[in-house]
Amino acid sequence: MLRVRGLKVYYGRIQAVKGVSFHLYEGEAIAFIGPNGAGKSSILMALSGVAKREGEIRLKGREISRLAPHELVKMGIIQVPEGRQVFPTLTVEENLLLGGFNRKGEKGWIKKTMEWVWSLFPPLAERKRQLAGSLSGGEQQMLALGRALMGDPRILLLDEPSLGLAPMIVEEIYTTLKKLREECSLSIVLVEQNARLALNFAQRAYVMESGAVILSGETGMLRRDDTVLDVYLGRAREGFFE
Amino acid sequence: MKWMWDPKYETMDREELEQIQLERLQSTLHHAYRHVPFYQSLFDKSGIGPGDINSLQELREVPFTTKGDLLRGFPYDFFAVPLAKVARIHTSSGTTGRPIVVGYTRRDLQHWGHLNARVLMAGELGERDVLQVSFNYGLFTGGFGFHAGAELIGVTVIPASAMGISRQISVMINFKTTALVSLPSHALRIGHCLREMGVEPKDTSLRVGFFGAEPWSEAIRHQIEDHLSIRALDNYGLAEVGGPGVAFECQYRNGLHINEDHFYPEVINPTTGEALGPGEEGELVLTTLTKEAFPMVRFRTGDLTSLEYKPCECGGTLVRMARVKGRVDDMLIIRGINLFPSQIEDILLSFEVGPNYLIRLYREEGLDQMEVQVESPVAGGERAPLASRIMKEFLDRLGLDITVKLLEPGTIEVSKGKQRAVVDEREI
Repeated sequence: MLRVRGLKVYYGRIQAVKGVSFHLYEGEAIAFIGPNGAGKSSILMALSGVAKREGEIRLKGREISRLAPHELVKMGIIQVPEGRQVFPTLTVEENLLLGGFNRKGEKGWIKKTMEWVWSLFPPLAERKRQLAGSLSGGEQQMLALGRALMGDPRILLLDEPSLGLAPMIVEEIYTTLKKLREECSLSIVLVEQNARLALNFAQRAYVMESGAVILSGETGMLRRDDTVLDVYLGRAREGFFE
Repeated sequence: MKWMWDPKYETMDREELEQIQLERLQSTLHHAYRHVPFYQSLFDKSGIGPGDINSLQELREVPFTTKGDLLRGFPYDFFAVPLAKVARIHTSSGTTGRPIVVGYTRRDLQHWGHLNARVLMAGELGERDVLQVSFNYGLFTGGFGFHAGAELIGVTVIPASAMGISRQISVMINFKTTALVSLPSHALRIGHCLREMGVEPKDTSLRVGFFGAEPWSEAIRHQIEDHLSIRALDNYGLAEVGGPGVAFECQYRNGLHINEDHFYPEVINPTTGEALGPGEEGELVLTTLTKEAFPMVRFRTGDLTSLEYKPCECGGTLVRMARVKGRVDDMLIIRGINLFPSQIEDILLSFEVGPNYLIRLYREEGLDQMEVQVESPVAGGERAPLASRIMKEFLDRLGLDITVKLLEPGTIEVSKGKQRAVVDEREI
């Protein structure tokens, strides 16, 4: 459903992504893995329209590489940013309502979806009127995810959802993501530094280093045999698999 | 789809396939650039980086890699991973000088097995078959390559390897071999021996053969099928890009399906290097898309073929290459006409002469002349009329006056393993 060819991403004069191609099927999860600074997050920034980009991005055949961020959100490409970035001075409920801004005026839909988010994340339901800033890290991640779901995503862009969270919370969040993918055939682009986690969750993975994809394939195959990964990643391999 | 090992890729629509090819191509180029000094300097000298190739067409901007380059890299210069990560080594069969050494990682070996399973599956092989692999199990890629594919399918494999012909035949008869993997010339010899032994080919269990590793004509195919009472299928591969498993015929036998999800094919004009379109005949150039240990970028195979992108009758969508017509370096130019020994061979075989023959080129009063000497079992008196019928066929089909000399069987000396010889006495 999503097809990207020769994507380049720039920050000023610095090129963070040097011509990367990838694709994503409906209901599929793909992961970008690789060391810090490899350009993984920049791919998400380009997909959500917030970074300067070149190359071809097609969603169901339609060229979307020139669309503005709010237009991409309307098309269902919604990012959950790294470090959650919830609005700390608003309540949990208000945060969710903001996520549904593109569905403004469809009261019935918003109400229904919010009920669904409460059911996915019971801890949030218990803290509807609490300020988002007072939530724990795990709860904030749930809120960020819930907020994205309020935008009715077709493709969810996830940037390091495990960052700084306790293993149990991470597991809980990934279980919910798996459910979303399988039951709602949501497509997911995942960026993770924790390669093992990503390879267990996604169906396919793209290994990045210095702005380029150097290896890709089904995660089953990459998991089974990682003997060559350290060659591809050079010294960056150290600590890659914990 | 019943006789496809990997229908997902073998029937993939072209747009989807090209997306996967581009993704894998880009990874291969980055990998090769970062780990093989030859490729790094190849790119640097031409002023482009691997990141500049953002479409399949743009690959044309990358210079070719030749057999000469590989020979200069002997033994390990083209390896893109350290030896510690190499799980297997094979070499090219190189009859002259030192061979080309090729490596495989564990993942390369897995892919290789699956590619060969595709080749065998397309020949409708199943677990009830008994496959005799008569390729040498050694440094040569043939034996181990097919063996891996056969084991994936679950065929009963007989690793006959390079036993003598009479032992091959006794194994074939006693073990009830149903399928054979070998050189086409080997199959011809088996057929010949069966005749001498008075064994009716129909009395063996053999039903299908997979032949490759040397060019063979349609005429040879008919002979093999006739003498062994089997279906003969062609396949294509070369050690430099990983051995057998590059391309294969299905039961419809209208070209060899190239495993495009692992190899990106181009056909070029061998003289100018210019890219040729579908259907145009030229030299095959291959780029590997998944090889880790030994990535090849735009390798000039020296083999002449053309590409057909229309889906095959079997439902397969992979591009098909015409059966290899000859080698670029085999091509003869006579009075400006391009000619391959295989064309001569085809005609000779249709008259049931040969298979040993010799082509002699010379000049008479500045004009190129060609003489074909061939062994024939016919008696002395019948030779002249037969020779003139062959000459007429040459003229009709090739547009050339070619002198034909019929000789006693056993008088033409052929170098081992090669059925053809060309003697060029022209001074250029």
